[in-house]
Amino acid sequence: MSDITSIEQEALAAIHGAASLEALDAVRVSELGKKGRVSGLMGTLGAMSPEERKEKGPALNALKGRIEDAVRARKGALEAKALEAQLAREKIDLTLPAAPSAGEGALHPVMQVFEEIAAIFGDMGFRVAEGPDIEDDWHNFTALNFPEGHPARETHDTFFLKQGQGNLPKVLRTHTSPVQVRTMMTEKPPIRILVPGRVFRNDWDATHTPMFHQVEGLVIEEGIHMGHLKGCLVDFVKAFFEVDNVTARFRPHFFPFTEPSAEMDVQCQRSGGVVEVGKGTDWLEVLGCGMVHPNVLRNCGLDPAVHQGFAFGMGVDRLAMLKYGMPDLRPYFEADPQWTRHYGFSPWLTPSVSGGLS
Amino acid sequence: MKFTLSWLNDHLVTKASLDDILGYMGKAGLEVEHVIDPRKALAAFTVCKVLEAEPHPQADKLRVCKVETIDGVKQIVCGAPNARAGMTAIYAPLGTWIPGLGMALDKKPRAIRGIDSHGMMCSSRELELGDDHDGIIDLDGEYMVGMPAAEAMGFTDAVIDFEVTPNRPDWLGVQGIARDLAAAGAGRFLRNDVKKAPGSGECPVEIKLEAPEACPMFAGALIRGVTNGPSPDWMQARLIAAGLQPRSLLVDVTNYISLDRARPLHVYDAAKLTGAVVARLGKTGESLEALDGKTYKVSEDMCVIADGSGVIGLGGVMGGQSTAVSADTTDVFIESAWFDPLRTARTGRTTGIHSDARYRFERGVDPQSCVDGLNLAIALILEYGGGAATKGRIVGSIPARLNKVTFYHGDVERLTGLVVKPAEMKRILKDLEFDIEDAGDAWYLMPPSHRFDIDRSADIVEEIARLVGYDQLPTTSLPMPEGLKQSVAAARQSRVSIARRAMAARGFLEAVTWSFMAREHAALFGKVEDALTVANPVASELNYMRPTALGNLAQAAQRAANRGERSIRLFEAGPIYLGDGPKDQRTVIAGLVQPSPQRHWQGTPQPYDAFAAKADLFALLAALGQPGDKFQIGAATQPHWHPGQSASLKLGPKMTVANFGALHPAVLKALDVDGPVYAFELNLNALPVMKAKSTKTKPVLERADLTPIRRDFAFVVDADVPAGELARHALGADKQLISKVDVFDVYQGQGVAEGKKSVAFEITLQPREALKDDQIQAIMDRVIASVSKGTGGVLRG
Repeated sequence: MSDITSIEQEALAAIHGAASLEALDAVRVSELGKKGRVSGLMGTLGAMSPEERKEKGPALNALKGRIEDAVRARKGALEAKALEAQLAREKIDLTLPAAPSAGEGALHPVMQVFEEIAAIFGDMGFRVAEGPDIEDDWHNFTALNFPEGHPARETHDTFFLKQGQGNLPKVLRTHTSPVQVRTMMTEKPPIRILVPGRVFRNDWDATHTPMFHQVEGLVIEEGIHMGHLKGCLVDFVKAFFEVDNVTARFRPHFFPFTEPSAEMDVQCQRSGGVVEVGKGTDWLEVLGCGMVHPNVLRNCGLDPAVHQGFAFGMGVDRLAMLKYGMPDLRPYFEADPQWTRHYGFSPWLTPSVSGGLS
Repeated sequence: MKFTLSWLNDHLVTKASLDDILGYMGKAGLEVEHVIDPRKALAAFTVCKVLEAEPHPQADKLRVCKVETIDGVKQIVCGAPNARAGMTAIYAPLGTWIPGLGMALDKKPRAIRGIDSHGMMCSSRELELGDDHDGIIDLDGEYMVGMPAAEAMGFTDAVIDFEVTPNRPDWLGVQGIARDLAAAGAGRFLRNDVKKAPGSGECPVEIKLEAPEACPMFAGALIRGVTNGPSPDWMQARLIAAGLQPRSLLVDVTNYISLDRARPLHVYDAAKLTGAVVARLGKTGESLEALDGKTYKVSEDMCVIADGSGVIGLGGVMGGQSTAVSADTTDVFIESAWFDPLRTARTGRTTGIHSDARYRFERGVDPQSCVDGLNLAIALILEYGGGAATKGRIVGSIPARLNKVTFYHGDVERLTGLVVKPAEMKRILKDLEFDIEDAGDAWYLMPPSHRFDIDRSADIVEEIARLVGYDQLPTTSLPMPEGLKQSVAAARQSRVSIARRAMAARGFLEAVTWSFMAREHAALFGKVEDALTVANPVASELNYMRPTALGNLAQAAQRAANRGERSIRLFEAGPIYLGDGPKDQRTVIAGLVQPSPQRHWQGTPQPYDAFAAKADLFALLAALGQPGDKFQIGAATQPHWHPGQSASLKLGPKMTVANFGALHPAVLKALDVDGPVYAFELNLNALPVMKAKSTKTKPVLERADLTPIRRDFAFVVDADVPAGELARHALGADKQLISKVDVFDVYQGQGVAEGKKSVAFEITLQPREALKDDQIQAIMDRVIASVSKGTGGVLRG
């Protein structure tokens, strides 16, 4: 037995003394390897008497087990130590800046508001239609019941191009309404469209820019009357301003292409240059609308005795201002990074009626 | 159009308050823009009495006053020279906003040279009631302390300013406003019919109408022995309230009638007239020195008033200097005529004259008002200027409207959803002076002569609806349509939305820049043409419809750089214009970066360059579901790119989808932009629209079970062979099996002959079934053959 005791003592001492995984492995080989001491002792079992084997066998197996355990434990400790050293070597200073990246950009508020409006009306069954910015006189004016020479044309501050069709110069569309005409001339009712786009008027001061954005709506369907117009737009302003108690009022107005015509105001509170919709006692004009004028229907090849519907148009830049508090229109078109970062939107914010607009 | 409440009361019997009147105006469609109510504006100011006024011990020009005010006796330090004991003045308590000073008084008493002042006594300028600022208001007469200043000073009449829509020229007269307000329920309309003015003897001035299409009717009369002094105070006050400067009785009377009845008139000094007054068309070579002091050329399209001396007025637009009335005028000839609206508008546009007469005639003046206007003018001039009038001379006539408007009263409910009783409809139409012939479902209506906007049933529907009140309209949500139509435009919109988000996610800031640019700058980006040149630009640098968004973006980037921004990334999703036709507009996504050097502790980062622009463009295409590899890459197709650092993406030889790379240094220099600038411009219209599939279900996944096989090649080719060509030919060797070719090295220098380069790439084979070595070798041989044949390259040993 003294063999076993001394081997165990020596082996355990060697195991604990092993300073590296390699040294430990050498100990393991010298004790437990094929030619190791323990294996050597095991080899002697065959020559023993059964009684002796019965006594020595378990003792040797137990010795082997204890040495194996010790090797495993030492291995674990050495590995942990090695990992610790490796980790210490790998230490980095994460207060240093990451590799440069472009970061996140921002979306322009007008374009965002376009999408908000499209989401709301899309939910009401409107689909988007488009038309050209450079228009002819007929689509921009005549077809919309602005007779030639009519003073209503002068209120539009029209931009003209140097060449035109026949004797009339081409114009930059002064409103998105020509797309109504283009749609009614190519599609059969029922029609329910929403037209976003750039429009142009020759006016530039604190509250006007020579280019701005409009959204036009057109519904031509059986039985559609002014009550639907009112309902549709009241539903819109509630959804758009994301407040429950928007009060709207409709006032008679004049547009050549609608009859009856109206302007819609929403109730708001003006104080300190800030306008808040859904409070207060002031009124703010937000859009113009009306029932499509019989002459317009006729000009587009529809019979006013059979077809009827409504149209509306609103200035997107001003709606964006109202909702998001930009104090001034002028920076809209300056592509100023500071302004865009401040008033812009994250690319991950997609407006939807169900998911929230803003 | 401005008018006062008391003026309105000349034509409207009402008990309505100012706020009520404003409400009725909105209801009837008269959009109120601005109201000045002196009672409200001056509510804080009241009458006070100065009890004592002692010299200020510290300042010669100041007085320390004891003042009896609505708030009790106050000590007020006053600098006005006329401050004295016993005077009646206007008091402003502490904290009051002083309109004429544009500031409010302090809320706490303020020490002036050591003595506290508890308020202020005001001058009329400080209350914006006049120009007098030499001293404080010194009221003459007995006034109670505490009486509102507005009342004490007689400024009680509210001035209302509203927008007259082009369809309602009758609202350019206070009488017309009153008629609509009465119909809206504000009160009772007073017709104030004009009586025939007294006159004796024929008017000696002959009137000839030589162009009845331009001026079909002209009523005139002569008044002799007039004194053309100032007009009466009440008339002056009304003109001032309406924004007009009083001049003399004769001029003021014409202006007053224009405002009161929407009836323009003109007065001539009869002593300066020679021969007959003729309304005719102009002749080339004629000109007029008009009342505004400017001389205008007359054209053959204009209606002029002429006498023996030549042109003395532009009909319906402006009179001339040579026959103008003055303080010395004693004999006056009055013109009350009717001029064709379209011709008046054209003359106005040609001459650029904006007069009250033009404004009314081009919108339409009541033809029935010719004679009334003349009689009203005669009566007013006789009353305030004396003299004796001749009888009126009335030449020509305006044919009355013949066609009645057929109104189906069922249209009211059909078009508006409003249910209105026929009796109420009739009440409204009668108030508006329509003549009604009831024939059951259809009514035949004759509109009054001052209305030019009534032609059809829908026009009557609006009259009924607005006067019943739009607040009575039902509010009905739109019924949902059955099945939604899809459209190409919607597909493009959704692509624009995706593209914008892809760009912003890659660090680009969205810009919306003008559709305009300077024509000289547009010329840098291609040929310019008149068809895209704005004839009347808002500014000279905005006179061309842009053929690209890159010019505006480059200038914006430079502005940002000038303000200290660095490496700004800008993009715009917007239109460009290739011609003036309806199909010549394109929607582009343009991205632009003006890089500045960056530093980093791990080493200098690769600056933004043409490859970075390519990466952004390809990422954008990938976001749009269009992998960049599907396009042919070739030389840029536009002149504004750096010839050696740009490329285009095409679908077929003609369809260019995008250009990208470095902008041409000469273009940048001309735009005053510091280079280099890298950019791309993607034409969304050129991108094929993915066809909507009939089902949303995706096909079964065909998993690639076998491990891909990768092999490297290196070829030596002529230095000017694009690397992309080698990759294309390698890929072409076996389109089934070769899934990918990646160029990973390009080398020129030692070991490679002059004029040659070595290009190394890795190909990836994605086998569908297990390949044997000889099969793989066969593919490799095909790759070598294909690349050698296609590019003249030699496999590097």
